[in-house]
Amino acid sequence: MPAIESTKILKQALTGYFQSFFDETVPRQKVAWCTSVGPSEILTAMGFKVYYPENHGALLGASRASEQYIPVANAAGYSPDICSYLTADIGAFKKGETPLTKAYGIPSVPKPDVLIYNTNQCREVQDWFAYYAKEFGVPSLGVFSPWKVDDLNEDQISYVAKQMQSLIPPLEKISGNKFDIDRLREVVALTKQTSDLWSEFLGLATARPSPITFFDGCIQMASAVVLRGLPVAVDYYRQLNAEIKKRVAAKTGAVPKETTRLYWDGMPMWGKLRFFSDLFERLDTCVVASTYCDSWIFADFDPADPFRSMAKAYTKIFINRSETHKEKVLIEMAGKYGVDGMIFHDAKTCPHNSNSRFGMPQRITKATGIPNLILDGDVNDLRCISEEQIITAAESFIEQLTHVPRNARA
Amino acid sequence: MYYAGIDIGSSYTKAVIIDDDGKRLGAAVAKTGINFDEAAKTLFNEALKKAGLKKDQIAMVVSTGVGRNNCSFAQANKPEISCIAKGSYHLHGASCMVIDIGGQDNKVIKLAADGRQLFFKMNRKCAAGTGSFLEEIAMRLDTGTDKMNKLAAQAGKSVPINSFCTVFAGTEIIHQIRENQDINGIMRGIFESVVKRTLEMAPIDDTVVLSGGAVATNPVLIDLFKEKLEQEVMLLEHPQDVGALGAALYARSLQQGAPDEQK
Ligand code: SF4
Repeated sequence: MPAIESTKILKQALTGYFQSFFDETVPRQKVAWCTSVGPSEILTAMGFKVYYPENHGALLGASRASEQYIPVANAAGYSPDICSYLTADIGAFKKGETPLTKAYGIPSVPKPDVLIYNTNQCREVQDWFAYYAKEFGVPSLGVFSPWKVDDLNEDQISYVAKQMQSLIPPLEKISGNKFDIDRLREVVALTKQTSDLWSEFLGLATARPSPITFFDGCIQMASAVVLRGLPVAVDYYRQLNAEIKKRVAAKTGAVPKETTRLYWDGMPMWGKLRFFSDLFERLDTCVVASTYCDSWIFADFDPADPFRSMAKAYTKIFINRSETHKEKVLIEMAGKYGVDGMIFHDAKTCPHNSNSRFGMPQRITKATGIPNLILDGDVNDLRCISEEQIITAAESFIEQLTHVPRNARA
Repeated sequence: MYYAGIDIGSSYTKAVIIDDDGKRLGAAVAKTGINFDEAAKTLFNEALKKAGLKKDQIAMVVSTGVGRNNCSFAQANKPEISCIAKGSYHLHGASCMVIDIGGQDNKVIKLAADGRQLFFKMNRKCAAGTGSFLEEIAMRLDTGTDKMNKLAAQAGKSVPINSFCTVFAGTEIIHQIRENQDINGIMRGIFESVVKRTLEMAPIDDTVVLSGGAVATNPVLIDLFKEKLEQEVMLLEHPQDVGALGAALYARSLQQGAPDEQK
């Protein structure tokens, strides 16, 4: 698989971002920890530097350091059945270690002055942040989103927008900065631009052959998560998209002999990205799209109405939608990307992002004729993943797809 | 021409040799052990001997099973579910649900009237409900699965086991023994738990055919499947070899250049 050249620049941008937390040549900015789909624009606008523990969780998984740290958290009373981002992260903290040192040359995770979470994704984040609030003696403030929404109504939007607004007074106190709505509009505009470019990037996978895979998306999304609301993210995706558009024009496939196209629902198995991308490449199969990467497309962001548009966008994320809505989205995505089959990752420790537990794959297959495969695994806990089982299932699935009329080709 | 299929499974390795008509000429089976390729070679030779053939008379060898990539003399390999599907359809010749209970995993495969694989399910990553569960329990009770079958066959009714987990199931059984529950019933309950775990995997809506090492050696399972499903179930001929037979059939179609199997 040809490497994406721009990734080098991503690495530089991320290094710059992480090192800036420890830059002693400039006055220290206050630090806020934020959930990955939390209202980080407010924090950036108020002069905080924003750090995302979930990004750290993913790095712990991808570097496989999680293997050492999850047991530490387990032993301290954090069950092996709860979020393995959380257990990996808390375990690493307890050991006083972080893969950020090796990856970006910083001594530790940056110390927070405040923690901000949004329960739009799951309840885990609240207790995760509560741990650090206690450790660092700083406040942990939450936005409580209505759960599993179908079509979002005005009341729900106001409910969330009001909570976001009510974060302002405590944040002014902690940061020592006055809130400026125009600054927030600027940041929201930047996130919107980032999100549009990210959406464009993912959409390039509709090409045949697809120039990118889901596994590329898992790497490239770092900028959409961590650097959103900052100009550097916009610049990065402009460059990245230009590179990938060249691939589309040249008909260069991420999987050289793409014959099968799959959809991936659910979380990545972070410690197995390379394993999966090699496995599927060997099977001439490209995983072209995913719900996961799409979760950082915030189409509703609008600088003209920052709070309400943020409330809308963050409450409407896929993970927080009703089964009926999710089903509709998945069917649309399968059509848009012309997939032959759908993989549902049932992540042992993330029930919130495991969509195979209430009969959805079966309903979608019935409605569309597109076969599905459910893979048992996990986000970060390698103890829950059996490579051999996955290989057997994936090979058999691809073989089975040769027996059914292909969705896209039929 | 002649073809061979080698199924290197987690517990046993199987070899089957067929001719152009798909007729089984020789077969062999033995524990896999730790050297996959060695086991495959030994069984291939044994199967050749039984078929009265020489190595160079075999037009193609296809391997399958967990060790499929370790078979140095196979020209191709195929996933085991596809091989079980192919072997089952060859033997059954009609639409069906194949239930395969192997050493390490169970599969339910749905086949269309023309043999196409419509879907499959594998057990979740746990030994409960598989052949190794039975072996593990036999070991804990210091007995053999043949004895367990005999006792279970005499039981009036089962003493049910509830746990999903092999270790907990073991503890439950010990508890039942301590409570002086009917030993035959306990044995039947052990087999019944395998059947229950399997039927939880997918809805059964067609004729059931059984394959795999565990059904070959544990006849009580067949009775229990009939009882639970309230329908006839068929045991495929040489149930343990179905995957190896499927691999041999793949060898035949690959050699003959069937277009859909040229991957
Ligand atoms: S959504 Fe899942 S992986 Fe993410 S923080 Fe919540 S439980 Fe953990």
